[in-house]
Amino acid sequence: MINAVLSGDLPRSRVLSAALVVILVVLASAPFIFDGAQAINTSAKICVFIVLVASYDLLLGYTGIVSFAHTMFYGIGGYGVGLALYGWGATWSSAATGLVLALAAGIVLALVIGLFSLRVRAIFYAMVTLAVASAFAILAGQLSDITGGEDGRSFRVPELLRPGFRLIDAPVLGTQITGRVIAYYIVFVSALVLFLAGLRIVNSPFGRVLQAIRENDFRAEALGYRTVYYRTAANCLAAGMAVLAGALNALWLRYTGPDTTLSFAIMLDILLMVVIGGMGTMYGAVLGATLFIVAQNYLQKLMGTASKATEALPLLPNLLHPDRWLLWLGILFVLSVYFFPTGIVGKLRQRRG
Amino acid sequence: MSRPVLETRDLTIRFGGHVAVDHVSAGFHAGTLTAIVGPNGAGKTTYFNLISGQLPASAGAVHLDGTEITPLGAAARTRLGIGRAFQLTNLFPSLTVHENVRLAVQARAGGGGNILARWSSRRDWIERADHFIAAANLQDKRDLPAVALPHGDKRKLEVAIMMALEPRVFMFDEPTAGMSVDDVPVILDLIRKLKDEGDKTILLVEHKMDVVKSLADRIVVLHNGRLVADGEPIEVIGSPIVQEAYLGVAANGGGHG
Repeated sequence: MINAVLSGDLPRSRVLSAALVVILVVLASAPFIFDGAQAINTSAKICVFIVLVASYDLLLGYTGIVSFAHTMFYGIGGYGVGLALYGWGATWSSAATGLVLALAAGIVLALVIGLFSLRVRAIFYAMVTLAVASAFAILAGQLSDITGGEDGRSFRVPELLRPGFRLIDAPVLGTQITGRVIAYYIVFVSALVLFLAGLRIVNSPFGRVLQAIRENDFRAEALGYRTVYYRTAANCLAAGMAVLAGALNALWLRYTGPDTTLSFAIMLDILLMVVIGGMGTMYGAVLGATLFIVAQNYLQKLMGTASKATEALPLLPNLLHPDRWLLWLGILFVLSVYFFPTGIVGKLRQRRG
Repeated sequence: MSRPVLETRDLTIRFGGHVAVDHVSAGFHAGTLTAIVGPNGAGKTTYFNLISGQLPASAGAVHLDGTEITPLGAAARTRLGIGRAFQLTNLFPSLTVHENVRLAVQARAGGGGNILARWSSRRDWIERADHFIAAANLQDKRDLPAVALPHGDKRKLEVAIMMALEPRVFMFDEPTAGMSVDDVPVILDLIRKLKDEGDKTILLVEHKMDVVKSLADRIVVLHNGRLVADGEPIEVIGSPIVQEAYLGVAANGGGHG
């Protein structure tokens, strides 16, 4: 049963399995075990990023394609749903229409970029995606009549997902089932399904061909596989998943704008999460996204506490000042790449053997 | 004689001013093992690359079953039944022996586009791959990554991958090069079995003259990119041009002339 759900690709490490179970249980019960808005927001962001990072792993880790356009597809999903809800009213049908249009646009764009440029060497492909993604980000910022420009768009979501909505009057297990809780579970369940779908794709006959292309595209071609088509298909699948992640994110935030979806900083975060978690493992996306986002949200707090605690000492409180959190995140990243070149998942699997 | 399965007509490739393969015309028939010999740099591997589609021809044509396949790429030619084992080992390093062979089985079955099935759910493909792994005597190494294999086993895996493609034309490029004495018979037995099936077209680039003599029905000699001799092993080996171009050196230099 578990074998079938995970498509035969088990974690193959006791520590990894335990970590995955903990993450799954915490995310599944987040609205009931956390109180504040920050914890729930962090949980929802982790869900969204697991999908986003897993879809990037499909490209980078499994197929060996370096793309900088992943946030563009994420943004297309966010803007598709967001602008539809903003422009056509807060109904399910406008959300669905926006999602379908965004998916179609994302996949067609991925197809065009893929067919035109996946024949060239990897470095040129990376440059092409960088150029297209930059152009898209600028376009989204300039067309302010449609997109809201740099400010983005805040929009209303369907009734069922609004904070004021009550599914039942009495609280369940001490938690009021509001529209926000329902929205969270839509995000969580979608993310879980999408992640498992990604796991299935990489463990399908198609997924093995992608790995073969990553390992030796010359030989894959010599076996009779048209590598350009496989690369392009992987590109479209990853783009589709990123569009869906963007749509979930927009539904959760009730806002879409360049900084939350299109910025290059997010692209770098995705890269870091894949590398820290472990490329070509899928589970690395779960660990990478979770650790990174938790660190991003709580490292500052932790450092504030540490800084206060060491007030009496020289220099240390300054180093631990919350404003230095990026420095420490950077150090953590360098150390993790140095000590776990195959990522956390690679390291855990290797130890167990 | 019947129509050749594979034929090259004035096949030529130039790299700048250098003509690596120069108007080579030859036909290869089913049930025949043709050894292609010649000194290093004679253009044997380049000739192979032109046939299997790794390099585009500058002039001339390649025909398979009478149909011209010159404009097709390597992937398309493989699907039409031209199998190739490479001289420099060319594997998927971090995939296991089984996965390497299985990818070839899957390519043959045309099942690479399936994104919904589980890789592990195709028992028939798994068994088919294991059959070829056993034929190459690699069953003990089935789950090792290809990169971890010793050189001789990599060569065997290379051959197993080609066998798993079940082509009609088999192209072996020095299949026993660098192999230990124990491993060589495994590969030679495989080639001999293929030959005994009677309907396979086999091309073999090989330096070891004892291997060539024991296996080949016919020998083609390339020298400076040109075909200089073509015929029965005994007459080719005896001909003066071959003695001079190739075997004279081989006799003195231990097979690598």
